[in-house]
Amino acid sequence: MTRARAVPIEKVLMTAQQLARAIHTMARQIAGTCHAEATPLLIVGIHTRGVWLAKRLVERLSGQGVACELGTLDINLYRDDLSEVAHQPVVRRSELPLTLSGRAVVLVDDVLFTGRTARAALDALIDYGRPHYVRFAVLIDRGMRELPIQPDIVGRAVATEPRHNVKVQLVESDGKDQVVLQELR
Amino acid sequence: MSDTTAFQHRHLLSVEDLSKRDVELILETARSMKDISRRDVKKVPALRGKSVMNCFFEASTRTRTSFEIAAKRLSADIVNFAPTQSALTKGESIIDTVRTLYAMQPDMLIVRHHGSGIPLRIAQTLPNVSVVNAGDGMHEHPTQALLDLFTMQEVKGKIKNLRVTLLGDIAHSRVARSNMLLLTKMGARVVVHGPRTLLPYDVEQYGVTVAASVEDAIAEADVIMCLRVQQERLHAFAFPSTREYARYFGLSAARLRATKPDAIVMHPGPVNRGVEIAPEVADGERAVILQQVENGIAVRMAILFLLAGRDTKETV
Repeated sequence: MTRARAVPIEKVLMTAQQLARAIHTMARQIAGTCHAEATPLLIVGIHTRGVWLAKRLVERLSGQGVACELGTLDINLYRDDLSEVAHQPVVRRSELPLTLSGRAVVLVDDVLFTGRTARAALDALIDYGRPHYVRFAVLIDRGMRELPIQPDIVGRAVATEPRHNVKVQLVESDGKDQVVLQELR
Repeated sequence: MSDTTAFQHRHLLSVEDLSKRDVELILETARSMKDISRRDVKKVPALRGKSVMNCFFEASTRTRTSFEIAAKRLSADIVNFAPTQSALTKGESIIDTVRTLYAMQPDMLIVRHHGSGIPLRIAQTLPNVSVVNAGDGMHEHPTQALLDLFTMQEVKGKIKNLRVTLLGDIAHSRVARSNMLLLTKMGARVVVHGPRTLLPYDVEQYGVTVAASVEDAIAEADVIMCLRVQQERLHAFAFPSTREYARYFGLSAARLRATKPDAIVMHPGPVNRGVEIAPEVADGERAVILQQVENGIAVRMAILFLLAGRDTKETV
């Protein structure tokens, strides 16, 4: 006899409209607090969904007259859990300027949880040079940090439990814009 | 390609063990690794704390150095085992030597040996170690074939239906065998040619075509790979002299002029200038030999990374 697989319960945290507004808020915060001198502001998305968010932010900011550039970052070579994950992540290319020395950088990710991805991203960035500063922008901060990492710019903060899973869905990768909270039983 | 994968192999002994998906994954990973080698800080912490041992029972500078650089760029610790300075000269057997090294708890052994099948034997004897075949006798040289494929894909784009010609000592060349197996697996069209004495009987079983002459072999080629004439493997004279080899089978500038204008020239190295390939061809703009060397590091980084991070619950 086979046991039916537990189906996670899903609740919509953000609709497409709310998501768009959150991105708008993030762009405003970035424009207001992240200033770059000689070179354009570098908005670096963490693969995979961070990249799509970063792209949207670059579009918004450019539309507002802020000089900015898109970069992408794959952090899989800097993870601290490579020997523990059951399935190995596929390493993608990072697209960044050859050197980050002196650049103003905004790291972008979809969900901030334990903080380990952000730690890995910082290590990766430092290997490209010495940025002028790095700010961290996330769409969702779901709390439950395991490292002392805090975001500078947040779209929305959500209180969660360990049994929850927060999934950001974007048109570019999932066909629609929304954020769902899954409860694993 | 999905975001995660399970690379199921514990060892890399032969190209035959790899599926098309495995090969595509290796190539994709190698692309990221190549980027790292072009940065200022040519290092990532992915294999920090892992120890890799180069066990080269046969002479090699190029491959050994390539693996050493690859391991170091992944932050692994690497040790070179040099047999001429070892107890092997005092008559210790291969298995005893390897068992002794194994007691030092390496995570990976990179093995090159003049005996075909030795890396497999080592893999069967030692538990909990990943073995990478860096060339065993006349059998295979899987990482060379993978870096050759990577180079071809980098320059030519697609592999399917790509026309690749292998010229030279096919019978004794583990590079040829691995390339024939890998290229046919990925859908390329392979043509071989060399002196009759250096072509294996029934080489068509690899899915390749035998050309009647060098000119026929290279006329429609997109990639021309010149294999090194291996003097040390020839126990009997397979051809009268190197001059005659160069004249009848060498890739001269004149022969190259009769090929497609965008055909590229490859060579696994080291090059015997003026024998299997003319110096001006080896140094010319159609040759991608140095690119192969650069790609060798990227591909070997990819392999070490994938083997070290494999799904440990299901190991082959």
